[in-house]
Amino acid sequence: MEENFKVIDNYLMVKMPEEIDHHKSSYISENADRFIMQNKVNNVVFDFEDTRFMDSSGIGIIMGRYKKIACFGGKVFAVNTDNRIKHLLIISGLHKIVEIMD
Amino acid sequence: MKNEMTMEFDAISENEAFARISVAAFISFLNPTLEEMSDVKTAVSEAVTNAVIHGYDGIENGKVTINCLIEKDVLHIEVIDKGNGIEDIEKAMEPLFTTKPELNRSGMGFPFMEAFMDDLEVMSELGKGTIVQMKKKIGSTSWIEDEE
Repeated sequence: MEENFKVIDNYLMVKMPEEIDHHKSSYISENADRFIMQNKVNNVVFDFEDTRFMDSSGIGIIMGRYKKIACFGGKVFAVNTDNRIKHLLIISGLHKIVEIMD
Repeated sequence: MKNEMTMEFDAISENEAFARISVAAFISFLNPTLEEMSDVKTAVSEAVTNAVIHGYDGIENGKVTINCLIEKDVLHIEVIDKGNGIEDIEKAMEPLFTTKPELNRSGMGFPFMEAFMDDLEVMSELGKGTIVQMKKKIGSTSWIEDEE
């Protein structure tokens, strides 16, 4: 699962799993934090290409990483979001802090 | 027509996927749209996650019960735990309110249940447990119904 995390320049790319729930979320959060610390990256890109299900745990993952990097001027991006994921980001207000790119 | 289902399982995070997929399978004869299916799966996932993280926080061997009842085209879901209970339900239902920020909880569990179901009711008693009741009308009824 380590291959789901990749550092490119100042960006950590996180390939999100097919299903994002509470059970999966601690693994993603802990690894993302480790990669951010070790590689001193400022920005995080969440890639939802493979994701078919997400609940509020996914929102928690993004919020938590945003809090970690925002104070150093970092940004959070969401890519390959389908309409469902976009809708979840919007109703939780995350679209205000996350740049949604298609 | 009427159709009922009850399931009980251990309150562990591994069962969150099992629970939402089981409920989704149960309602599939109503021919729900993909969106309705996702709505129900999200709501069940939120309620079961709450039972696992909050209901049985510090309690071993907890069980979660899910009752589903389909009456005509309306789905009723009950997610029940016999755990800690909620001190202030109104507060717990506020968007972004969480007692577990250290676990990366977003405080969006109840707001998501409210957003994706037609009706949400929460009953809780400290030390006794919590009952989450949700309702949703599922759009198209199955043609099989007409043949009965």
